[in-house]
Amino acid sequence: MKTLFTRKNLPILVTGAILVLLFGTFSAMFDNFLSMRVVANLFTSYAHIGVIAVGMTFVILSGGIDLSVGSVLGFTTILIASLITEHGMHPVPAITLALLAGAMFGTVMGFLIQQYQLPPFLVTLAGMFLARGLAFVVSNQSMGINHGMYEAVVDFAVPLGGRASLRAVAAIFIGVFLLGIVLAHFTRFGRNVYAIGGNAASALLMGLPVAVTRVGVYTLSGFCAALGGVVFTFQTQSGNATNGLGMELDAIAAVVIGGTLLSGGVGYQVGTLMGVLIYGTILTAISFDGSLDSSWQRIMIGALLLLFIGIQRFLTRGTTLQTSH
Amino acid sequence: MSNAGPQLEERPKIQERRKTEERPGIGSRILQSRPFWPLAGLGLLLGYCFFFDPGFFDIAIRDGNLHGPILSIVRFAVMVMFIAIGMTLVISTGGVDLSVGSVMAVVGALVATLAVKYQLSGPALLGAAAGAALVIGLFNGSLIAYAGVQPIIATLIMMVLGRGVALAITGGIPLSVQDPLVLFMGKGHFLGLPVQIVLVLAFFALASLACRKTAAGLFIESVGDNETASRLSGINARGIKLLVYVFSAICAAVAALVYIGDVGRVEPDQLGLLLELDAITAVVVGGTVLTGGRFTLLGSLIGALLIQTLTTVLIRAGMPSDVAPVPKALVIITVCLMQSPKLRGQFAGLFGGFRRTTT
Repeated sequence: MKTLFTRKNLPILVTGAILVLLFGTFSAMFDNFLSMRVVANLFTSYAHIGVIAVGMTFVILSGGIDLSVGSVLGFTTILIASLITEHGMHPVPAITLALLAGAMFGTVMGFLIQQYQLPPFLVTLAGMFLARGLAFVVSNQSMGINHGMYEAVVDFAVPLGGRASLRAVAAIFIGVFLLGIVLAHFTRFGRNVYAIGGNAASALLMGLPVAVTRVGVYTLSGFCAALGGVVFTFQTQSGNATNGLGMELDAIAAVVIGGTLLSGGVGYQVGTLMGVLIYGTILTAISFDGSLDSSWQRIMIGALLLLFIGIQRFLTRGTTLQTSH
Repeated sequence: MSNAGPQLEERPKIQERRKTEERPGIGSRILQSRPFWPLAGLGLLLGYCFFFDPGFFDIAIRDGNLHGPILSIVRFAVMVMFIAIGMTLVISTGGVDLSVGSVMAVVGALVATLAVKYQLSGPALLGAAAGAALVIGLFNGSLIAYAGVQPIIATLIMMVLGRGVALAITGGIPLSVQDPLVLFMGKGHFLGLPVQIVLVLAFFALASLACRKTAAGLFIESVGDNETASRLSGINARGIKLLVYVFSAICAAVAALVYIGDVGRVEPDQLGLLLELDAITAVVVGGTVLTGGRFTLLGSLIGALLIQTLTTVLIRAGMPSDVAPVPKALVIITVCLMQSPKLRGQFAGLFGGFRRTTT
């Protein structure tokens, strides 16, 4: 127990407490909120943000930021829809192509950031404009996807008892999340990411492959954004170039609420999962209560962000005091 | 041997630098001035239009006021210009302000609600707008300057919160604004020129005077260059930071008023959406370095014009307006790469042999 309640773990413990508190409050406010079905729906409805947030966690852990993920998601949805509907391609090669495109996109941004020492904020901002524009080049109209395989994936459901079931997109989200944990905590790549985020200069002097890791982080984020797009096409069975507008901020918010420090080097994938669930819980509660409109969603997310930044400041101030004494 | 090499090379370089310092040629001074490259880009675009798009420079006089493609470019760029003036100062302190779009939404929602529901007029509305901007600017500024929160995050919070507050104020419904003073700010003409252009020029002149004729500009640059050093040399670094975020919010509020006056209605979920990114692009394209330190207000205005002109030219040449982000992205990457010391080093390497033979 002693190791669990360290200073480093405090943000994630607060995140967990807030998730339980929010869920408990809403369960008391609304009938039927405390049910397996609502929990399963959280994983189904917010799978796309969850997948993106796993990639974003790596970027933020490395001390960077990726603003392009929302646009890459939009680009992926319209690309897949166009390949399947307009060009008669089978979904499997279409999805593979889209995932490769997303990863490549991330690689190029990572290369520019690493090779030319450009600020990640600006490069991914340009990436955001580029992906959004390219999405409109593919098609500026919403496009439905009608294919046997898509229907099979959408209909796929493992019953969990009650009226709850595990949908395919939720399974993808959970799979990506588990892979993210393994990658972050049990591989050399993961340790390198933490090292770069902690102190890039030290990592370089220790002989860690900083360049490869940093490019890899953005590649991973691009891939996750594209996979988020794939998930989104399963959720909506359509593609639209305007999908994912502003979603990069939702993903960043989920990561920050999950207790990951924006300065890099500190944070957990589990925190990000809880961040996504908190985000989803708030949205679900708003949909349960007809009188709450979407403005309250943003105000609550903003207030939560503020709370977590406060906690982070409190903690980092403590550590600097510790080192100076 | 290997030690002697660099030392020997160092000396002539210093002499070389002295020589150029003694005689700063007008040519190199123009090349080194920050607004040169965006201005050159703009000139190139206008040159292209001059030869290939004859209707581009047409200016008609209707009802004693000027109209034409160029003026509409300026009108479209005005909103970004207002925000870019504030953003330039924020960026040169080493920060960034993502909340400007939401500030516009809050100001728009507040002004529209006060005008429609409470029948307030003219000056009271402007006062309310200024008050809202002041509150948001102080909030951002104190989070960043006094609580030590990273600028991206502090203003991101405000971006999310502000949009929510704007929607909550109006209940999410679009409102129309018919206040004569606000409409005059957006649609009116002053001495034949659109009022919004006069306003943005006045704002630019005020900001430039305040920065270049007082020490404020120097303080802002020094905080962006090295905050610790400037604090130790007696500059109130926190106060400066607070000030630039308040100024940025006020710029956004004026942009909002001008825009509302122009279109006559407020859509709180759309007003100012993603405009912060356009403004950052304009500032970076204009030659202000994103890591802080040195800035050029004129460059930012030219940057805003350049991007709007590029978009307009491409749309007139047949590009769908949805695709407009693509050229923007390419411009940002080009400018970033041009500013990258490493790429400059690679280019210098290419021409290095040539330079050595000439000296």
